[in-house]
This record gives sequence, C-alpha cells and structure tokens, in this order.
Amino acid sequence: MENNEYLDVFLDESNEHIQTLNDQLLVLEKEPKDLQPVDEIFRSAHTLKGMAATMGFQDLANLTHQMENVLDAVKNEQISINSTIIDTVFQAVDQLDEMVMDISDGGEGTADVSHLVEQLRAIEQNQELDEEKSNKEEKTKTDSQSSSIFQEVDSYEKTVLKQSEESGYSNYEVQVTLQENCLLKAARVYMIFEVLEQVGEVIKSEPPVQDLEEENFEFHFQVLLVTKESAEEVKQRIFKVSEVESVQVTPFNLGDDQSNTASDDAAIQAESKDDKEREPKKKDKQNNNKPSSKKGTANKTIRVNIDKLDGLMNLFEEMVIDRGRLEQISADLKNPELQDTVERMSRISGDLQDIILNMRMVSVEQVFNRFPRMVRQLSKDLGKQINLEIIGAETELDRTVIDEIGDPLVHLIRNALDHGIESPQVRKEKGKSEEGHLLLKAYHSGNHVFIEISDDGAGINRDKVISKAVANQVITEEEANHLTDKQVYQLIMSSGFSTADQISDVSGRGVGMDVVKNTIESLGGTITIESEEGQGSLFSIQLPLTLSIISALLVEVENEKYAIPLSSIIETAVIKKSDILNAHDQQVIDFRGKVVPLLSLKKVLDVPVNEEKDEEFYSVVIIRKGDKMAGVIVDTFIGQQEVVLKSLGDYLGGVFAISGATILGDGQVALIVDTNALIS
Amino acid sequence: MNQKSIVFLLDEKEYAVPVEYVIAIERMQQITRVPKTPQYVQGVINLRGVVTPIIDLRERFGLIKGEETDSTRMIIIQYDKFNVGFIVDAAYDVMDIPNDAIEPAPKVIGTEEIDYINGVAKVDQRLIMLLQLNKVLSDSSAKNSAETEGLTQG
Repeated sequence: MENNEYLDVFLDESNEHIQTLNDQLLVLEKEPKDLQPVDEIFRSAHTLKGMAATMGFQDLANLTHQMENVLDAVKNEQISINSTIIDTVFQAVDQLDEMVMDISDGGEGTADVSHLVEQLRAIEQNQELDEEKSNKEEKTKTDSQSSSIFQEVDSYEKTVLKQSEESGYSNYEVQVTLQENCLLKAARVYMIFEVLEQVGEVIKSEPPVQDLEEENFEFHFQVLLVTKESAEEVKQRIFKVSEVESVQVTPFNLGDDQSNTASDDAAIQAESKDDKEREPKKKDKQNNNKPSSKKGTANKTIRVNIDKLDGLMNLFEEMVIDRGRLEQISADLKNPELQDTVERMSRISGDLQDIILNMRMVSVEQVFNRFPRMVRQLSKDLGKQINLEIIGAETELDRTVIDEIGDPLVHLIRNALDHGIESPQVRKEKGKSEEGHLLLKAYHSGNHVFIEISDDGAGINRDKVISKAVANQVITEEEANHLTDKQVYQLIMSSGFSTADQISDVSGRGVGMDVVKNTIESLGGTITIESEEGQGSLFSIQLPLTLSIISALLVEVENEKYAIPLSSIIETAVIKKSDILNAHDQQVIDFRGKVVPLLSLKKVLDVPVNEEKDEEFYSVVIIRKGDKMAGVIVDTFIGQQEVVLKSLGDYLGGVFAISGATILGDGQVALIVDTNALIS
Repeated sequence: MNQKSIVFLLDEKEYAVPVEYVIAIERMQQITRVPKTPQYVQGVINLRGVVTPIIDLRERFGLIKGEETDSTRMIIIQYDKFNVGFIVDAAYDVMDIPNDAIEPAPKVIGTEEIDYINGVAKVDQRLIMLLQLNKVLSDSSAKNSAETEGLTQG
C-alpha cells in the first residue's frame, strides 16, 4: 500500500487524538456546562475522521463521523450533556482505540461499528426532536450561530474594533471558501492573509491562525478584518488569489456581536447585564489560553524514530568506553597537553551525554494519562466516589523505564481504590468526606525520580497484616513482635499475600504486589510504604533517571574488577580487623551505631585466591537496599567511573549477584555487582 | 547440496560448524570470569562492544584441558538471538561438505562428545564431525536458575 509511509504518522497522531478525546471527555464530564472541551473533542474527532478517511479506514471514519455529529449537536447546544451521552462517546472512543491498535498490529482496522453508530445516531436525533418540540428559538439561534461565528470577542479586540469604527475604518467579517481540489491550503491561506494585511488588519480568525497554518480546517474560514477599503474591493482582492471558491464580505457590527454572545447561552439572557459582559470575557480567556500553550510546543519539536535515538545512544556508549580509555592513557603518560585535551573532551562528552540522555526522556504523562479513565471506570464498578489528582505529570523519565512502569502503577492504583479507599457509607460513618482522594505525584530528586501514590482511605492494619503473614508462614509470631511498622508494610509485597477480605475482580488475588516489587527492583528502583490506619497510605517508588549509563565504584578483588552502582552505596570505609564482631556465624561491624552484617565479595563470587593474605585492615563498601545495610569487603577501591550498562546476553541468563557487565577503558569487561542480591 | 563449513581442531579431531552461524574467529584475549556459572563457561569477552560469553569446548566435551597455544582460537557463533564464543585448538579451514558425504554419528565412540555430534562427514580421507549447535548450547545448567539464598540476614 502506498500509504504505508504515512501509516506511522497516522498511528502516532491517532493515538494523540484518542488521548485528547479521553482527556477532554473527562473534563467535560466534570463540567458539562463548559463548552470549551467540546470544541477540543470536536476538533480531535474531526481530524481523526479526516485522517482515517484518507488512509482508507472506512469503519474508523464512519464512527468518528457519527461521533462528530453528536458533538456538533452538543456544541450548538441542541443536546445537553448527560452521563448516557458521555458513556456512549467513551465507548466509541474505546472502539476507536481498539481499531487503531488493530491497525498498528498490522490489521485492517475493521470492526462492527454499526451498533455504536446507531446509538450515537439515536442520541443525535432523539435529542434533536426534543429540542425542536420544546424550543423553537433554539433553531433560530443555531442559524445565527452558523452565519456568524465571532460571538466571542474579547475586550481587547472589542476596543480595537470600536476604535477603528470611530476613526472611520469599517469592520468586516470575511468568509472565504477554498476550492475543494485545493492542494496547498496553508499556502492559499497565507496568500489571502497577505492580501488582507495589505488593505487592513486581521483582528481574529476562525479557526485560529495556528490551525489554518497546519491545515486543520476543511475549506472555509472566517476572518475579522479592519479596513478602509470597501467590501467589494476586499472581495475582488481576495479573488486574485487562485483556488478561491467564494468570498463573502459582510459588515461586522459590534452591537450585534454583544447580543449574539448573550443569546449564545439561554441562561445568561435571564441574568443581569453585567454578567453578559463578564461571560464572554471568561470564555475568551479559556480560548486564548489554549492556542498559546499549543504554540509553545508545536513549533519546536520534531518526531524522531526511537530506533535512531537508540542507535545514537549505542554509538555514544562506545564513545564513553573510549573516553574511559583515553583518560587512562593520558593519566599514564602525564603529558600536560594531552591531559588538557582529554579533560576538555571529557567535559564536552559529559555535556553530550546529558543531552542524549535527555532526548530519551519521556514525561510520565504518557503513563499517567490513561489513569483518569481507569479510575473513572473502577470507581463506577466499585461504587466509590474518587477524586484523582495528578501532580507532576511533566516529570521526565528514561523511555525504558516508562515502558516498564505502567503495569506496576496500574496495580498500585487498583489496590488503592479497592482496598484503600472505603465505600461512601463507611467514609461517612468515619467522618470523612464521601469522596475519596487519590493523589498521583511524580517529581525529581537528585539522580532519581519519585512516583508516589497516596490515598486517604483506610490505611494498612498492622495486626491484620501480621496475622495474615503468620498464617501464610511468611514470618513467625516471634519475629512479628520485633518488626517495625515499615517492615510490616513491606510484608504486603512478599509473595502469596492478600489482605482483602473479599477477593474481587479489581485486585487481591495475592499475586501482584510481589510482582510490582520485583518489576520496580529490576528497574533499579525501590518501593516503600507508609501508612496510618484510618488516614490512608502512601506508596513511594524511587526510580533511577536512566538505566543505560550509571555511575559506579570500581573495586578490585584479587585480579578481578567489579563495578558497584553508586546509587546503592552509602559510603566506603576502611575497618580494622579487630572491629569485626561475630554474631550467629555472621561477621558484623558496628557502623555508625548500627550493626551491619559483613560479607566478602571474594567469597560471594568464588574469586580464585592466589595466596591467603592476613590483613590488618579491610576495605569495605557499605551498601543498602531500602532500610537494610550490609558491608562488602573488597581488596581495593579503584575509583568512581561512569559505566555503560550491558547485558550478559541471553545465553548466560541471570547470574547470581551480577546484574550486567560493562566495558572498561582498557577494553576489559568488568561485571556489575547486583547489590540487591547481596542483601536479603 | 554442499554445506560450507568452518573446520576446527579439538583434541586432534576435526569438527565442522556451518559457516552461516560463524560471525568471527578471534585470537585469544583476556576473558573475564563470571562467577557461579558452569565450569565450561570461561567467562565473557568484549567483542567490539558486545559482551560475549565464551565456552571452552574441551571442557564442554569432557576432554582434558589443553594448553593455550598460538593457534588457539575463539569461534564466535551467532545462534538464536545470542552470540557465544567457542575456544578451540585451531580453526584453519573453510570446506564444502557435500550432503551425501554425511553419515550418522557412529554409536560406538562412547565419549561424551558424541552427544554433541550431528553426523560424520568423510571428505578426502578426512573424518569431520559436524557440531550439533543446539545440543552444545542447550544445556540449561548454563543458566544459573537456582535462586541462591540471600547471604545475610538483615
């Protein structure tokens, strides 16, 4: 198919539009009176329809077309929003999503949409009939609306129009229709604007200039023009531009505009005159906000195939290895000129590294944006009222992390909704507001990204967790008495654990939380739980910013070199042999008032020993995993280095206590120690 | 049909591996030991930026460990989705092995290596054993699946 090269673009954009549909539908559901989201939804549906039709996905086009009709009716206030409409449109969007997924999987994107189309049609027609019966004025109103779309003129524009009127200019509303076979619409629009700018000033256009430039319009558009020329003159000038089908120039009357705006909303008519003026202003503020924010992002981004970025990353990794080698050579040679140059190069490549890593960063929004829908659906299923708040969706993470983090988050949110937040009755009895609050928060801190999920629900019942853990033989009763609250909460994430009294569809089969924990740990992250019974719980996930290049401490054991990720190191220390104590066959040291178990990397990794040395001092790396610590004895510390994380390959699979390998400056492979495996 | 193969020497016997699996033949270089892997896994090397595991075929076949000499080579194989290297005594020949020269492996040899042989080819008075790659590489013991217990109680 010749459209193939456009398919990727189509899929990308479709997904974006479907996301917009979802987002804006949710906004609309909350504020059914606000017509701003309807515009957004309409625009997305419309673009989607156009793209689908061009690409030959007929079912997709049909469905979006019908959706558009309904939305159009909503926009023109022929139908008022209710939850049935929202639900149906949501279903339609889900269907669209499925079809787009199908297309991306190589399918034809066909589906039986007749049922949904019928439903949408029913909504459209049914409501239209009602409208006609109840209110004939409505009809005339929509008519006037279709002829003049400039009901919303903000105070600034109003002033300009007024002033121009006073100084002898005329205000015209110019409607231009391009020929249907016009190929370069944006270019024509540009030429028409050029012409208009010659005779006067364009105050406003519909659709906005931004959309016109991006060809986000069918074939006609309107502009508000201030000029000294006559209407006929303007018309003739526009006709000089080719491929213009028709031009209509009508005087634009400010007074009319005001009454039009007022009749826009029947409710306003009844209100005082002051309100009349305030309302349009408010609306326009929203209108203005949107395009400007869009402009900021639209102009400065390009789409790059992720494979290219991965390729760039791979090449850069090679360079990091050579950088290490150069640094080593220059340190050996001690030639000042070489040292200078190498140092400079290291600095530049360091900056380059930041940029490349940044390019791979994706905002967590990608993951977060599916949650509002999910929470909405779940709260309906569970009969709970939940207000989801998302903070820091713009926080960026490496793409590899983003790909993996979705499922664990889904699980945690489901848990919070199912087990955490109580039903409205229970909440009322407890003196809380009936609506539960779920907060999803992401933020940067140091070299890490934190994602927190907190709810104001029931919290975790310590006794319940303990009795369950004892029953499931995760711990003994003995041990249970010594556990801190935090340790108790961690038990939730041991395998075979479910505290829900009832097993529901949503969560609570006892698998899952341990999977969540494992996934997060495999990403080099940690998860901690805080909770207060009756007040709610907080699940905090700590993730590394990036996975491919990490800072590590190189250590030597006999003749072997190992890298220990800096993120899991608390500090390094040199301890006296006499400071090592023995407790239950386990060597321990007293580290800043804490008893820390000690282990020898030599023994853990079966390093062949050439000759037994009896040393007086030991070099120890203090590592941590969550709250737990351990001391790892090594022979010597080599130093800190940026290393490129590489896998050991499929053949070896998972090797105990080794999380991967890296290539050092001298071309040798050094293994990266998985400190999580050293602490249990 | 001829099978183009790389012929290599191991304990004075000739073996062959189809040329399409071979991506490189390398001289010996420093190998980084990987702990807790089977004896025959010598470790990993850096092969032009790719961390590649190395298997000592002598160890794999249960032969006596040979001395490393000037002719010792690593044959880098790409099999399935992974790269892996074999240490052999020497690798010196590319040969067309006619399909009709291949006979099934004799049952009597009685050494361990017979398990890893696909058949035997007689070419110009030479006996060449055809390596059965999936057998050589399929041992699950290479994967350290046993979850070793944590080392400390913290």
